[in-house]
Amino acid sequence: MTTQAPGRPTPPEQRPPEQPGLPHTPDDETRLGLYRTMVLIRTYEEAILREYHVDKGPGFDIGKGLIPGEMHLSAGQEPVAAGVCAHLSTGDAVTATHRPHHLAIAHGVDMNRMTAEIFGRETGLGRGRGGHMHLFDPDVHFSCSGIIAEGYPPALGQAFAFRRKGTDRIAVAVTGEGAANQGAFHESLNLAVLWNLPVVFVVEDNDWGISVPRSVSTCVPSNATRAEAYGMPAERIEDNAVEAIYDAAGRAVERARQGRGPSLLEIHTLRMWGHFEGDAQAYRVDLTDVPGRDPIPTYERTLKAAGLLDDEAVSNIKAEAATRVEEAVTFAKDSLLPDPADAGKYVFA
Amino acid sequence: MTLTESPAAPAPSSQRLTTAKAMVQGLELEMARDDSVIYLGEDVGSYGGIFSSTTGLLDRFGPERVIDTPISETAFIGLGIGAAVEGLRPVVELMFADFMGVCLDQIYNHMAKIHYESGGNVKVPMVLTTAVGGGYSDGAQHSQCLWGTFGHLPGMKVVVPSNPYDAKGLIISAVRDDNPVVYMFHKGVMGLPWMAKNPRSMGEVPAGDYTVPIGEASVVREGTDVTVVTLSLSVHHALDVADKLAEDGVETEVIDLRSVVPLDRRAILASVGKTGRLVVVDEDYLSYGLSGEVVATIADEDPGLLRAPVARVANPDVPIPYSRPLEYAVLPRPERIEAAIRKVVGA
Repeated sequence: MTTQAPGRPTPPEQRPPEQPGLPHTPDDETRLGLYRTMVLIRTYEEAILREYHVDKGPGFDIGKGLIPGEMHLSAGQEPVAAGVCAHLSTGDAVTATHRPHHLAIAHGVDMNRMTAEIFGRETGLGRGRGGHMHLFDPDVHFSCSGIIAEGYPPALGQAFAFRRKGTDRIAVAVTGEGAANQGAFHESLNLAVLWNLPVVFVVEDNDWGISVPRSVSTCVPSNATRAEAYGMPAERIEDNAVEAIYDAAGRAVERARQGRGPSLLEIHTLRMWGHFEGDAQAYRVDLTDVPGRDPIPTYERTLKAAGLLDDEAVSNIKAEAATRVEEAVTFAKDSLLPDPADAGKYVFA
Repeated sequence: MTLTESPAAPAPSSQRLTTAKAMVQGLELEMARDDSVIYLGEDVGSYGGIFSSTTGLLDRFGPERVIDTPISETAFIGLGIGAAVEGLRPVVELMFADFMGVCLDQIYNHMAKIHYESGGNVKVPMVLTTAVGGGYSDGAQHSQCLWGTFGHLPGMKVVVPSNPYDAKGLIISAVRDDNPVVYMFHKGVMGLPWMAKNPRSMGEVPAGDYTVPIGEASVVREGTDVTVVTLSLSVHHALDVADKLAEDGVETEVIDLRSVVPLDRRAILASVGKTGRLVVVDEDYLSYGLSGEVVATIADEDPGLLRAPVARVANPDVPIPYSRPLEYAVLPRPERIEAAIRKVVGA
């Protein structure tokens, strides 16, 4: 493990030559695990979608219903969460974005308390103070931020603290492709390489910054190019391919754990639904292709062809996921709303 | 001390220090006591802080704990937040408070809100040190106080020492606090050899470790005729003016707020209850800020305490000018403070 002072970066010419990591090929059990995680996430998002629209009418009032406020769901982006988080333990940190559910679930955030938070209940992760863009589960070092790219800097600090404590724990910092045009992204990449921090940066490229396509926002075809310019290994993974993500993330995580510094993965994924619920997506030219790009049936076919899944196994996995998710939804609905008299509680410790 | 202890070389019980040296001594004690305390920022290593906030710390604690950062305030303040969340106690320096503009998101949306958003489950025990204030022709982007802006945004404590004793006691309190604390030191109170200084920039400081409670104002001069509520460098000016007015028989009580958040409203009310007259001196901008908050404290609680209209001496909502006569015209210089007090007491 490299033991350099954070204030004293290793000059580029003194850094060891980059050794490409060995491929991480998922074994059968891992492949089924990836599938299960993806199904669990999709089942969860479908349940939140269902509950979110309850009592929003007449018409659509964003502030009404069991789940008020903006709702950014992650259907289609499951491969990112499943493929990356498969390499993490609960001691590792994950910082996510305004669209955080898939990563929270894959990293093992307490689903009951997360759901209660989304429902604004006192039993929620943040006792109803945070909401779905502000989920914090310190038991698994999970957090997210509603501000684009601003989840990267705190992840540096978590990585810094993990290394200072002499552990091999790492931080995974996730943003979308739109965030790569923010200063926080570039400052963070520079500092992470400079101080050789154990971070894996993940860019989820779902093609859209709300309604603005990547071609209108970003001057490079791949953010891996930008990361390489900062001196870290980086790769772009196409086609939302969960096993390719698993492989690349495995190498990046291993590199960080071994004290060899940060890496960046840009993953071309898919936003199956609107930016938020209520988004009519009139701007969206690719919408007709979306169902055919759904990563879950695609992976299901792969695993069936490999003889790892059959119809019965699929239906069992989906039933298990539904049971787990409905338990969480019931827990949330059965929980009390916070007492308005306590709105000022927890501003300070 | 007991008789069995070595009688050799007793530690001095107090020393005469500048505000900067007192602040550094507080940091040094905390860093020696607690290995989780680190100091991050621009030019805090071998330079020792542009305003001498870290002189000598690198030599004592090394580059693992006293860390020069790139000019990337968003990245390194955010790094401090993440490190604090994971149990370190980072002290992070924002060289000038004016630079908050490049990193405010990490400060007010992350550092200040994570505890609340997490329902109290995640603590951010971090100190953000920053230099404030004008008076030396540094222009509109390097002279602001902005404590009203920090104070306006919920979730961070804000402390503003005016003298060596408070600088040391407040930095120790800030490091030990489980909340984010913004520690704002005025360049003009640090006792820097390269800047005009009031004699109050140097003072007696106990050698050992002690705390000044956050949220507690200090009555730095007792008086019966008028209360001046102020903070930071303006405390020095207010005390000078109070000495001068005493020769004319006007007894001015001066309150050094020391903390902007929490604001010691009881101290303000108690003093105005005694004197019936209030002048607020605030080097920050006049409107929507600390001076209005102090006056609102009286209006909310008991406007009947006042026997005369209040006066506010603050920056009249003007970007701080470069040229000396212009800058002095907008700062709460002693002449403006004196005129305001005389008006309020009718002297």
